[in-house]
Parts: sequence; structure tokens; C-alpha cells
Amino acid sequence: MFAAIITLAFLGLGLGYLLGVAAIHLKVEEPAIVQEIEAMLPGTNCGQCGFAGCPIGAKELAAGTAPVTLCPPGGKALAEALAIKLGVELDLSAVADDNRLVAQVIQTQCIGCTRCIKLCPTDAIVGAPKQLHNVVIDACTGCNKCIDICPTMGIKMCRPRQTLANWQWPKPQAEQEVNG
Amino acid sequence: MANTLISGPHTLASTTVSRTMLWVMLALTPATLWGLYLFGWPAINLFLITAVAALLFEAGCLRLAGKRVKAGLFDGSALLTAWLLAMSLPPWAPWWIGVLGSFLAIVIGKQVFGGLGHNLFNPAMVARVALLVSFPLQMTLWTQPVALFSAEAPGFIDGLAISFAGDALAGGAFDALSGATLLGEVKTGFSVGSTLPELLPAGLDHWSMATGYGAGSLGETSALLILAGGLLLVVFGVISWTIPVSLLATVGLLALLFNGLNPDRYPGVGYHLFSGGMMLAAFFIATDMVTSPNTPAGQLVFGVGCGVLIYLIRTWGGYPEGVAFAVLLMNALTPLIDHWIRPRIFGRDRAFKPLVVAPRALGKHQTSKGEQA
Amino acid sequence: MKLFSFRGGIHPSARKERTQDLPIIRLPMPKRLYVPLQQHIGEPAVARVVAGEQVVRGQILGGSVGRISAPVHAPADGKVIGIIDFSSPHPAALPVTTAVIEVSASQSPWIAPLEDPFSLSGDELAQRIQQAGIVGMGGATFPSAVKLDMARQHQVLTLIINGGECEPYLTCDDRLMRERAEQMLLGVELMLRCLDAKQAIIVVEDNKAAALANLRTLCNEAFYSKFERIKTVSVPTRYPQGSQKQMIQSVTGKEVPAGAHATDLGVVMHNVATAYAVYEALVVGKPLVSRIVTVGGGAVPRPANLEVPLGTLVEELLRFCGVEDDNYERLLVGGPMMGQWLPHAQLPIIKGSSGIIALNEAETQMDLPSPCIRCARCVTVCPAGLLPLEMAKRIRKEDFGAAQALGLSDCIACGSCAYVCPSKIPLVQYFHYGKGELQARKQQEKKRDRTAELASSKALRVEAIERQKAEAAALRKAQMAAKKAAEVAAQEIDLSDSKSEITLVSSEESGD
Repeated sequence: MFAAIITLAFLGLGLGYLLGVAAIHLKVEEPAIVQEIEAMLPGTNCGQCGFAGCPIGAKELAAGTAPVTLCPPGGKALAEALAIKLGVELDLSAVADDNRLVAQVIQTQCIGCTRCIKLCPTDAIVGAPKQLHNVVIDACTGCNKCIDICPTMGIKMCRPRQTLANWQWPKPQAEQEVNG
Repeated sequence: MANTLISGPHTLASTTVSRTMLWVMLALTPATLWGLYLFGWPAINLFLITAVAALLFEAGCLRLAGKRVKAGLFDGSALLTAWLLAMSLPPWAPWWIGVLGSFLAIVIGKQVFGGLGHNLFNPAMVARVALLVSFPLQMTLWTQPVALFSAEAPGFIDGLAISFAGDALAGGAFDALSGATLLGEVKTGFSVGSTLPELLPAGLDHWSMATGYGAGSLGETSALLILAGGLLLVVFGVISWTIPVSLLATVGLLALLFNGLNPDRYPGVGYHLFSGGMMLAAFFIATDMVTSPNTPAGQLVFGVGCGVLIYLIRTWGGYPEGVAFAVLLMNALTPLIDHWIRPRIFGRDRAFKPLVVAPRALGKHQTSKGEQA
Repeated sequence: MKLFSFRGGIHPSARKERTQDLPIIRLPMPKRLYVPLQQHIGEPAVARVVAGEQVVRGQILGGSVGRISAPVHAPADGKVIGIIDFSSPHPAALPVTTAVIEVSASQSPWIAPLEDPFSLSGDELAQRIQQAGIVGMGGATFPSAVKLDMARQHQVLTLIINGGECEPYLTCDDRLMRERAEQMLLGVELMLRCLDAKQAIIVVEDNKAAALANLRTLCNEAFYSKFERIKTVSVPTRYPQGSQKQMIQSVTGKEVPAGAHATDLGVVMHNVATAYAVYEALVVGKPLVSRIVTVGGGAVPRPANLEVPLGTLVEELLRFCGVEDDNYERLLVGGPMMGQWLPHAQLPIIKGSSGIIALNEAETQMDLPSPCIRCARCVTVCPAGLLPLEMAKRIRKEDFGAAQALGLSDCIACGSCAYVCPSKIPLVQYFHYGKGELQARKQQEKKRDRTAELASSKALRVEAIERQKAEAAALRKAQMAAKKAAEVAAQEIDLSDSKSEITLVSSEESGD
């Protein structure tokens, strides 16, 4: 009885020590992870994640203090990629599909002040002073920055028009409840 | 006119889950009726109790889980599970064995996993094994068949007494009918060192084995009727031939081999194929779609595995019958089998790489043209 | 000829008996035609006419742009009353640029080309086929000329002509092979010349005995010695026999490798209706402006095989066949297996519309899906060798990567799995959804890369501008400082100058 307890105690101690040693000596160095994550982020520094720009967001992600679903412009695809990168479980229901929203200039409101053009981080707004501006949908990340700067509230976020090229089948609904 | 987006195909086969279950029940009916006739009122009581309890448990679980209760009940899966369970219980077992069995099968064996389609193990076999391990006395108390309305058979009132108050109330009048199954008898005989010719001096009576004139559960007795029902299912494409054939062939081959080596110790093919729950397992239990592999090749592996395990347990194991254990063990292996045995994808090799096109001699065509020119 | 088999497949009830013996009849020319400028896979055609313009039939309404595209022609003489966004025959009825033509009372005849098409070179034939706007008419609508060009580059030896028509209800190809076989064979012969291929094999399912017999007689008759390179074979009736990959396997015994094309195996496949369109374009001089459509289904009182000008509204076909007031349960374009559901009938017939099927209540099972019981019937019937139940499970959990690893991209969406499913699980829709999501993700990733590039270049530019500004400011400051210094110095000089002046003056004064 006594012998057994002592044996087990020593066994536990010994194995624990080995684990501790392994943790120190076999540690995987990951200083590059922050840069790698930063490269995955949109890089527009829009601030929708609540951090001051993509590099800070990447740092928080690497530290594990921010969820992988933090980036609205990145959407589901980015959340998944980050979850794989960081090896965490992902609940996609938390990611809104709003990432597919893009800015649109309301033609009757735009006065051609070029403020949004100057601010847009991806040069997605084109136009000239005193001329109607326009959004290049393919370049817009939906970062919302232009919404606030517009003096006439002349930009709104909307879904890009559905065409034969970008339409996709929705998920079947009726069956969800039975097959979970 | 429907206004929701529907994808194709817009024409569907008429098979449904409930129709599949109905077919299986239909195939079980002759053997069941015959068994109920042979074992009389107590067996009928147990069968009904098990079925009703299973439906109640199923309804309760569906309601708790917030699923459609009516649709879930009418798919027939709970009834079929109870049916198979009742066919594997001692026919004169008390009422609570049926109720507890239904609870184990429906709640523990199926609904806990997420309901129909999600269970890893065959629910009926989970219940049977759990009962066998927990209540070895009640689960091994077999009765000789006494046909309904015959002189020795218990009447309706006696039947109720046997089912609900134990045989004691009936004055122990039917104790004389109790007896061991063939497999049990031989197993016990072997354990005291007897040889097969001593145990079965008259040889095997295959006909009574096949028609059910022997002690055992409903599903153990009328092997011939169960075989007929099973063949019906195979012929009509409700189940595939793979598992029954591989299972029976494996057991048959093993029996043939060992019987050839030592006929005194190892019984022959007929003994194995027509005794116990072999036919029921091969056609109705191992073929349970939820808990068996997806691919024909995987099903063959599954059937062979079941067959080997059944033979091992029957011959060298502690229990006289190993069908339930064998099926459960192979159920546990099913995800693994499904992972490793997959069909080859069109245009790819088994390692998922695209097939390589043999380079064609393009030049030939050109040179012939060149020659013409 | 030795034939092969393919994996899986199903035998849905054919339901062709109502239309298979009905000859093709011409639908009366409607008053208005709605001709979409995108009726094919690839880049949409660009409008070449404007509202108010008079057009003659065969005139180009939309010109092709880019490599994979096809022009669209006017199906009738008339006046273009608008180039508008009009719903397309698609489950979501998405708007597509459409030319609306007010059809004139009289129609001009087709003028056969002067040149003999059999004297043209392969390049010229391919060019004519491109100009006629011919696309795959089995439903895929891939531009035929592009396919032919690819096959020419690969020096394809065998041309397979798909007369399978394995979809239930549809009989338009069957009728074509029975009534217009000779013309169709001429089309095949022209394609053979275009490809410079060795042989053409017309593959017909064995439930179309009359069509088979007809083609065999024509190919064997000495009179038609020009068809000696064309062979007709009969294959067992089994869905999806008419799918390209499966039919190629039936004929050659070879599988098209994942990610490769049929041309890599030395074969190319075209539909019988496409061959007929080639004949019409090159011999009759009629570009692809009409097609044969089977109108069928339980809700159609008088089903028919109709020759319909492209751009005719589905509504008109239904009315012609006796369907009143949307009196049907479900409306489909194409066959019931791979065809698309249509939300309403105010949609035009396009180049790929092989059938209009109006189903009644009895033909549409609306059973709610029930749990998967892992019966694996879907695994047995899948012609692609996939595990549909496992893929659907992954997609349900939004695990698209895992579904892809199980071969989602190899799914041909034939619907065999969903057809046999006893639980009525909409497997095909899961796969459509999964493929769509994978595609969307790929595009999103691409977009993210591009916008990241844009963002960094903008950041660099802003930085550069700031720096320049700062430099300019510094420079200005320096200049200002220098100027100031200079001014100060100048002032000092000024002062001293004035002083000296003063002194000078004073001296002068003093000098006076």
C-alpha cells in the first residue's frame, strides 16, 4: 500500500518533470506568427475590429485576446483561415454575412467634395472635385470609413447587385431541424 | 404553386424511411407470429409491452428535444427497434425487462446520441447486452415452446400472472417448462468436459432447430422463417446481400474448418447457422443501416468481422451466444471502416490524385496529313 | 463495337410516352420576343442594336466579346423596342440584359450561303460555327466553337454525338433523330471535317429504338457514303448516361481525369441538337435562333415537341399546350433531374432550354426531409464515386474544407443521390450551396489580396505625399529663412546704403 503510493507519487513527479523539460526545450518558436496573421488581414486599418488598425489586431489575435471572428470585412473566409492558422474551434454563426456589403454613392446627395476619395484606404472611390463620385465595387472592402466622413450622408452600404455570375444557392433550411 | 427555391432533382424515388422500416417489419412478421404462437400469452404480453414502452420513450425524447413528435413516431424506427429487442429476449421474461429494455434501447442506445441516424451502436443490441449483463438470471431463463391453446400452455390469465407477477403467482406450475437453449446446453456440457457426441447423442435435429421447436427467444427459434423474411428483403432491395452473405459464409467456413479438425469438440455448419440468433443477426441486426458501413466493400469487412467474432465468442468465450457482442464490437469499428474503405472517385486514384492521361501520339495524325500534302 | 459501363446510376421512370410519338410542330411566331444577350457560359454578348432599330432575322443583336462567348441573333424580323433588364430562366429569375423585339407581320426567308460548306477548311468551319452563335444545346450552353477549337488543338480523333437524352419527360432529341436525322448527320459530318477527326459515334439510349433504327439505316445506306465515318451505337438506358463524363466512359472505357478535359483523352462530345444547329447554320444559313423544346409534365393537357424561336416566353408555350392560369404545381426548364425550377412563366426560352415541364401535384413529392438513416443508397448510385451523405453532413456544419476533401468538386450534380434518398434530404442543394460557398470564398480571398495591395500602395503613397509635403515645407521654411536672412541682410545693406546716401547727401550738402 505504502510502497504503491510512493511509487505512484515518484512516477507522477518524474513524468511531470519530463513534461516540463520538454515544454521548455521543444518549444516551437513562433515570433513570425504576428507577421503572418497581419499578412492575412485586409490591411485597410478600418478599425471595425475595435483595435487601432490591422497590425494591432494581428498582435491581439496572436496573443489569443481577440476572437478569430473579429474582422467584418474579412468575413467567413478569413475567420476560417484564422481558425486553422491559430488552431482554434470556430463558431461560424457568430460571423455575420455583412462582409459582402459595399459602399454606394447616392447620386443625388454627392456634392463632389472628394473627402471620401482622400480617406478610402483602398482607392475604391473615384471621381474629381465637384464631380459625382463612384465606388469601384471590386476594390471596396466595406470598411465603412467613407460613411462618416461624407458631409451630406451621401454614401450608403448595400449588397452588390446579384448577377448570374455571383448568385449562389442558399443553404437548405427545412432539413436543418431533423439532421441538426 | 410553391414559391420557395427548390433545387433538383424534381422527381424522386418512392422509397421513404417509414416504407423501409415497414418492409423490414413485414419480413419479420411470419417469424414473429410463429414465435408468439409457440410461446403463448406471456410472449405476446412481453412483445406488446416492449413495443408500447418504446413508442412512449421515443415520443418523450422527441418532445424533450423539440422535434416533430408525430413524424418521428411514424417513421417506424422505434417500433422496429422494440420489435428486434422483443425478439431477442426470453419470451417469458417479466414485464419490467421489456420496459427497461425499451428504455435502454430508445433512450440510452439512440436518443442520447441525437436520435435516429446518429447512434453508433445498434439500439436493440445495446439493450440486450445491458440487460444480459445486469440481469443474468432473468435473461437466461428460457422456456420450452408450448403452443398457444395447447393443454400445457398457460391461458390468458396465467400469461398475465407470468408477465406481471412472476411465475410464483401462477403457482410455479410452469417451472417444468423451463429449459436451456441448445447453445447454452452445449456450452455447459463443454465446461464440464463432455464431448459433442455425449451431449447430442441423437445428433442434431435440424428440422426442429429451423422451425423453432426449441428453447430460446422469438428470434432464435424459427430460423427458417427469419431466413425467408431476410431473403425477401434482399430480393426486394431493401437490404443489400453483402452483410448477410459475408457473415453467414464466415461463420459457415469457420465451423466447417474446425468441425473437420475435431468433430467431438467443434459442432458443424448446421449447428451454427440454424441455432441462436444467427439468422436474425445476419439479416436484421447486422444490416441495420445506421450502424453498418456505407460501402459494399466496407459491409463485407463488417460482415466477416461479425462472423469471426460470433464464432470466437460462441466457441471460446464465456457466453453461449455472441451475436449481440459481435455486432456491438463491429458497430464500434464502423466509423473506422468507413474512413478507410471509400469508393474511388471518378477521375481520381484512391489517393485522391487526378488520374494520369497516357500521352497520345499527336504527331501521327499530323504526319499523315503532311504526307498527303 | 465494344461498349463499357459506368459506376452507379439510377432508373427513374422515363415518362416519355406522352410526347415521344408527337412530331415536332412549329410554334406560331409570338408578337414579342425577349432575347437575353447572355444565353451561354462565358462573357455576355454586348448589344449591337439600339432601341427603335429595325432588325431582320439572323441579324446580330449582341456581339461576342472575349474568348469564351457567343453572339446572339434576332430570331425574327421586327423592331427592337428596348434593351432592358429582363428576368432570365433561372431559379432566382435574375435580370439579364435583354433585347425586346416587336415581331413584324411578315418574315423574310433564310438565304443559304453561296459557298458549299463542305468545301470549307477546318478554320473556316469553326469560324462559321462561332458566328452562328451555336452553343451546347444539351443544357450546358458552352460555346461550341470554343469546344471545337480546343479539340482541334488536341487533334481529337473521335467525335461523340450525345443522343442519350436520359432525362425523364424529354423527347426533343429523340424526335430530332427520327425526323431530321439526315440534316443532323450532315451537321455531324461538318463537325468531323472541322475537327479533321477519324470517326463520329452517335450514342443513343436503347429506349429510343425508332431513332436508333433510323440513324443506322441512314449511316449504312450506300447513297449516303459521305456518312461512312459516322457510327451509331446503342447504350443501356440508365441515368446519367447523357452526362459527358459518363458517356465518354461508356464509349471509350476511359475516365476523364479530375481537372482534365475530354480532349485530353482524344475525344470531344457534342449534342445531337448542336449538330443539327451546325447544319442549319452552315447549309440553310440560319444562325441559332430557334430550338426544339419538349413541353411536358402531368399539368400539361396537350404536351408537344415544339420548334420555338429563342426569346419566346415560357407562358406562350404553356398556353399553346393548354395550360391555363399557372395551373401547375411546379414549373421546370430542362429535365426533372438536372433542370432548374422556374419561379414563374414570364421568362424567355434560351439556347439551352431543352424542355418546359409543368408538374402536377401527384408528380411533386413535398415530403419534409427526415433524418439520414445512413442507408448509403446515395453511395451506391453516385456515378462519381462520392459519399453524398458524408459530404452533406460536412456542408451542414459549414465545414466546406472537409467536404472538398471528400471530393465535392468532383460532384456532377446529376441528382442520383437525392433521387434515391429515402429521407428526402436535398443533397444536391447542399452541394450547390457548398460549391457556391467555396467559390465565393476563393473570390473573397482574391479580393482581399487585391485590396490589401491597394491599401498598402495607398498607404505608401500617402506616406510619400506626406514626406514630400514635409520636405516641401522644410524647403519652404528653409527658403523662407534664407529669404528672411537675405532680406535682413538686404535691409541692413539698404540701411547702410541709405546711411551712406545720407552721408553722401550730407556730404553733398556739406559739399555745397
